[in-house]
Amino acid sequence: MPVGTSVEFLEKVVAATPDGGHIRKCLQCGTCSGICPYGFAMDYPPRSLIAALRADDWHGVLESDTIWLCMSCFACASVCPVKIPLTRGLLSTLKTEMLVGGSIPQELQTALSNSRRYGNPMGESPRKRADWAKGFPIPVPVMAEHRQPVDVLWFVGDYPSYHPRVQHVARALAKILFVMGVKFGILGPEENSDGDTQAFTGEWGLFELLARKNVKAMTKYSFREVITGDPHAFNAIKHEYPRLGFDRPVKHYTQFLLEHMDRWKPLLGQGPAMRVTYHDPCYLGRANENNIYEEPRQLLQAIPGVEFVEMSHNRALSLCCGGGGGGMWLDGFSWEKAHARTTEWRVREAVAAGAEVLAVACPYETPRFEDAIKSTGLEGKLVVKDIVELIAEAIFGRERAT
Amino acid sequence: MNIVVLVKSVPDLVEDLEIDATTGLLDRSFLRLIPGELDDHALEEALILKERHGGSVTVVTVDTGDVDETLYTALAKGADRAVKVVVEGLEPGPDNTRLAAIFHRVLAGIPFDLVLTGTQAVDDLDGFLGPMVAEAAGLPYVGYVTRVESTDGKVVARKEYPGGLCADIEVTRPAVLGIQAAEKPPRYVVTSKVMEAMKSATIEEETSPEVPAGSGLAVSRMYVPETGAHAEMIEGTVEQVAEALAKLMRDRGVVA
Repeated sequence: MPVGTSVEFLEKVVAATPDGGHIRKCLQCGTCSGICPYGFAMDYPPRSLIAALRADDWHGVLESDTIWLCMSCFACASVCPVKIPLTRGLLSTLKTEMLVGGSIPQELQTALSNSRRYGNPMGESPRKRADWAKGFPIPVPVMAEHRQPVDVLWFVGDYPSYHPRVQHVARALAKILFVMGVKFGILGPEENSDGDTQAFTGEWGLFELLARKNVKAMTKYSFREVITGDPHAFNAIKHEYPRLGFDRPVKHYTQFLLEHMDRWKPLLGQGPAMRVTYHDPCYLGRANENNIYEEPRQLLQAIPGVEFVEMSHNRALSLCCGGGGGGMWLDGFSWEKAHARTTEWRVREAVAAGAEVLAVACPYETPRFEDAIKSTGLEGKLVVKDIVELIAEAIFGRERAT
Repeated sequence: MNIVVLVKSVPDLVEDLEIDATTGLLDRSFLRLIPGELDDHALEEALILKERHGGSVTVVTVDTGDVDETLYTALAKGADRAVKVVVEGLEPGPDNTRLAAIFHRVLAGIPFDLVLTGTQAVDDLDGFLGPMVAEAAGLPYVGYVTRVESTDGKVVARKEYPGGLCADIEVTRPAVLGIQAAEKPPRYVVTSKVMEAMKSATIEEETSPEVPAGSGLAVSRMYVPETGAHAEMIEGTVEQVAEALAKLMRDRGVVA
């Protein structure tokens, strides 16, 4: 079991972030616990956790394992009236204590071990990281072989590289970049997991190991900016990589595509009429106040035939898909503890909003929401598409988009 | 109780295995070597026993060029000593006879009550490493062990048999045990602890004077399993399928 005291732990929380001292100002208002999607199933949702630490109930805190329900979605931190960095400070520091003490669900352990050994959480061969582009008609240059400067270094990410469903998203983006005439390259086998989600499981040492490998690989090459389709990679490269010596600008593809709309919008054909809603990923929106809310909506509204509808949880009030903070690798645990899936609430909400298409901009979300559509029996009523898939379909037609 | 854990490096099956056309053996150029999965369980069982009864855990592995991470990870998990055996001129590839001789030689210099190792590994599956080490050292051996309990001067090893049978076998110490599974899944150690071990802990290096004799067995052919004839699927209505099946059985003499 982990050692220490409440006081020692609180000192670590204060030191974890620049504004960590705000925890002393907690009013016990409970807004955090109220907005937490899994707060109802936690022994210590954020407010109770702070109360327990103030009451020196450190032992009780460590006995509970429901901290692993935290998906690091930043909902609590975004509503805190005294701006306590709950997600990045308190909750991720507690996860670190749990990891150090060996209190870690088995499925999460597998993902972390895989990340350390193979550079990706699913334990795939690092040599096959660029295989998604094999036999594809569009050239996807790997920087180590390309030996030419590019304008854009595309950080592909784990799931677009390896997950069969999300590989379609990678291929759609490759096609769009190609027809835009963007000079781009990828790292391929030199790319490692961005490490963001591992960090928010409390494994900051692993994050650093992975991030340093990526920084080392990226700084070898000549390019103007980094783009990525993964909000977690975007968040890490923007906010955490600079302290490891990486200083190049990074954009999520939604920002990049909006900036260069003149290069692809004229290519869009008239598509079928469809009602589309959009799920804001936590790490494009609330996390670190990235606040990328309007770019994705503007892209969707540029597609002919799209009628855009809003869900009630939108922008900063978006409902997490459950994949962050290690949730992607804790589905069994979360179901056992909470008997609920945030993805199921979300797809029902999309249908209630009148949408036929749930548009997403994060690689975790296509498979997660598609699973939820099956488990809620909404097949035939709602489909999940990444924004780049919708754009590629409007350019190339549905059959040839990916 | 002082425990020695023997760890062997095996090919990582995450990478595609290929056969070298010239040598007819496994192409090792892109092979990644990792500690045997059951050796990891042996280490876990050793750490559990240390937590329960005190003593020390020493991890021993033969250098294959990339074992430092394995050893530092073991130290970070709680092992007390890590020994890397350097054998100059050792050919890569599995040869448990040779490996057992190397381990036996190293064990002569380490005081121990118990030797734990994985009961088998993906590159042999014959499970002979533990028995051969035991034989060379003149010690008892029990394999397929899933639980170890220590009593005065003895251990009780739970051995698993096929068909769901178990036996608790009492063995005098010192002994060699082949571990099939630890009582708990092998623990995860955070990266920062591994990094700390890399900075502060030391790996002891031991040079083995010469390459001991191997099994003398040579691989004559290594190949990807060939697929045999496929099953014949009988299509049609229930009646048609039944009729075809009955005819087939009559033709083959299964029924009269």
